[in-house]
Amino acid sequence: MSTIELRGITKTFGSFVAVQDADLSVAAGEVVCLLGPSGCGKTTTLRMIAGLERATAGDIVIAGRRMNGLPPQERNIAMVFQFYALYPALTVGENIAMPLHHQAIGKAEIAAHVAKVADILHLRDILDRMPGQISEGEKQRVAVARAIVRDPNCFLFDEPLSRLDVELRHTMRSQIKAVLSNLSRATVIVTHDQLEALSMADRIAIMRDGRIEQVGSPHEVFARPANVFVASFIGTPQMNLIEAEFKGYGDGKATVTFGRQDVNIPAAPAVAALAPGRVTVGVRPRAFTVVPKDTADTIDAVTELIEPMGAETLIHARTRTGGDIRVVIPRDKKVKVGEPLHMIPDPMQTHIFAADGKAVRA
Amino acid sequence: MAADTSIWQRIGFHRSFGVAEAGWGRTLAVAGVSFVYFLPVLFIIFTAIKPQALALSVPPTLSPTSLFGLIPDQFVFTPTLENFSSVFSRVMTGGGQPEPTGFDRFFFNSIVIASASVLLALVLGTLAAYGFSRYPLKGNDTYLFIILTTRMLPAIVVIIPVILMFRAVGLSGSYLGIILLYTAFNLAFTIWMMKSFFDELSTDVEDAARIDGSSGTRVFFRICLPQVVAGLAATFVFGLILTWNEFLFALLVTGPDTRTVPVAMNQAVSSGGRGTDWTLLAAIETLFLIPVFLVTFFLQEHLLRGVTFGTVRK
Ligand SMILES: Nc1ncnc2c1ncn2[C@@H]1O[C@H](COP(=O)(O)OP(=O)(O)OP(=O)(O)O)[C@@H](O)[C@H]1O
Ligand SMILES: [Mg+2]
Repeated sequence: MSTIELRGITKTFGSFVAVQDADLSVAAGEVVCLLGPSGCGKTTTLRMIAGLERATAGDIVIAGRRMNGLPPQERNIAMVFQFYALYPALTVGENIAMPLHHQAIGKAEIAAHVAKVADILHLRDILDRMPGQISEGEKQRVAVARAIVRDPNCFLFDEPLSRLDVELRHTMRSQIKAVLSNLSRATVIVTHDQLEALSMADRIAIMRDGRIEQVGSPHEVFARPANVFVASFIGTPQMNLIEAEFKGYGDGKATVTFGRQDVNIPAAPAVAALAPGRVTVGVRPRAFTVVPKDTADTIDAVTELIEPMGAETLIHARTRTGGDIRVVIPRDKKVKVGEPLHMIPDPMQTHIFAADGKAVRA
Repeated sequence: MAADTSIWQRIGFHRSFGVAEAGWGRTLAVAGVSFVYFLPVLFIIFTAIKPQALALSVPPTLSPTSLFGLIPDQFVFTPTLENFSSVFSRVMTGGGQPEPTGFDRFFFNSIVIASASVLLALVLGTLAAYGFSRYPLKGNDTYLFIILTTRMLPAIVVIIPVILMFRAVGLSGSYLGIILLYTAFNLAFTIWMMKSFFDELSTDVEDAARIDGSSGTRVFFRICLPQVVAGLAATFVFGLILTWNEFLFALLVTGPDTRTVPVAMNQAVSSGGRGTDWTLLAAIETLFLIPVFLVTFFLQEHLLRGVTFGTVRK
């Protein structure tokens, strides 16, 4: 079985902790995206799986075998590098064939394998060229071809699409997805593009400062973010995170104070256990309903800036306490700058985060 | 004419002669500067083919041909190859029959000693440089600095203990002795040069090769080395030039059988008691230039890339 399991892996460079106590398991045929801001340890994690970097602590288990001490060439892994890392002195065809040279198979069979992946990735016509003579998109495809030409335990991709333009990125994204779905191998893709993660991954692991903050399906991390960081990182426009004072809980509703205004927000029973004090209320910009004045329990703000986005309109509004709120409303709803907005948040899309940043849920 | 052009093209001159691209003005300016730099070499070559009597004539003879009457007769000399033959065999003190001078042997020595030690230094230094670059030790920079310090002392200071040690272990006057000495001499420079070339390479490609199943050795030979060919060529040529021209160590450490050309040249010129034979000296120098010139010429393509590494590429 092609699986990857990381058990409490840690990597330190001198006194700097690049990855801390990361747990992750990837099932056969599953695609997991490592998503996080720059410098959070994504590449380091990937390099530890590949064996290019030695884990300071923890276990790396691939296909059921503990791999900690093994060098990369003995792990049978395919990896696509951020900058493709094609062999500059070899032709495209030789580049693709390279991983096969270490397996005991004949020339004819190698050629057949190369031809097969070249067909899948439309590289037939450029097999004789040198890496310096092909475009970025082609380089990217050659790197993928080199990875899928043999039958590895798992696939690792390090920001494979970051150097491509938007259009190419779209086509490559679906192409890679299609290729991977036929191979049923454990795959880890590193990216800092959440759209890429949301569209390619079966599950997403969100990292910050060397820690994995949450692992879950694209739907899960979007709909039930585990903490403030995940909530703010996933989704565009960003989730509104409003500082508030928690007063108490009753009747399925939490009473919170924004400035001087008390609002009752439907919330999970777990909120009842919360001590009164500071909380963060998270509401997605699309989860507000604009209602007439004098409706009970509204969040109020004044329109400051209107950004049409095609089918919808993004409104930047300011609350009475000076907080910034982003609201997305349908295009046909007309709002003017300076006009007060009264909004009710959708209870299903409203999150309460305790003072330590963790989501409070049942 | 067609045959002519193809010869020039074959040895690579058509590329260096991009007059159309550079324009005549710049080409002439460069030609002028090059001529100034080349003048001493030209002077030596002309002296080598002058009759001995004209070596120091005033006014000096300037050209072996009158260039179709362009140069007045008093500046023209009749070229001769006599000096070259007397490099290898000539009449020694007191007249009589011409005797072999042993210079064939000295040229052989120079070639063997220089190439053996530079190649040895290149092999050892490249391996060491790869280690320093890819598998840094604790205190890597300190080690590199210490290696550099071996070149900080002037040769004249180093040579005394070297002579004493060589005597003690019997390396004086042997090929092995001078080759080892030159290898050590070249090693520091080779390590520093090659390390900078390795540092410039993207390690991703090596990582990729490792993941694709290559062992460390294979990564080094198949992936890394082909990318630093230019660096190897540049290091080889620089080392060769330094070693080829080295005089002091050779003077004090080689024996009569292992003498190199610079030492022999010195002795040929100062022996005989008839004052300096300038035309003979010029003939030896001309011959002495040829091997390094050839090596440099054949490696020039790599050299240019090696020397401009890091400036052009980035
Ligand atoms: N060899 C190293 N020595 C010291 N620190 C390192 C080394 N490699 C990485 N780091 C540090 O570890 C942290 C994580 O690096 P890593 O490359 O994993 O980030 P990343 O999440 O891949 O970021 P990016 O999205 O920018 O590629 C960074 O702060 C980086 O500076
Ligand atoms: Mg990275």
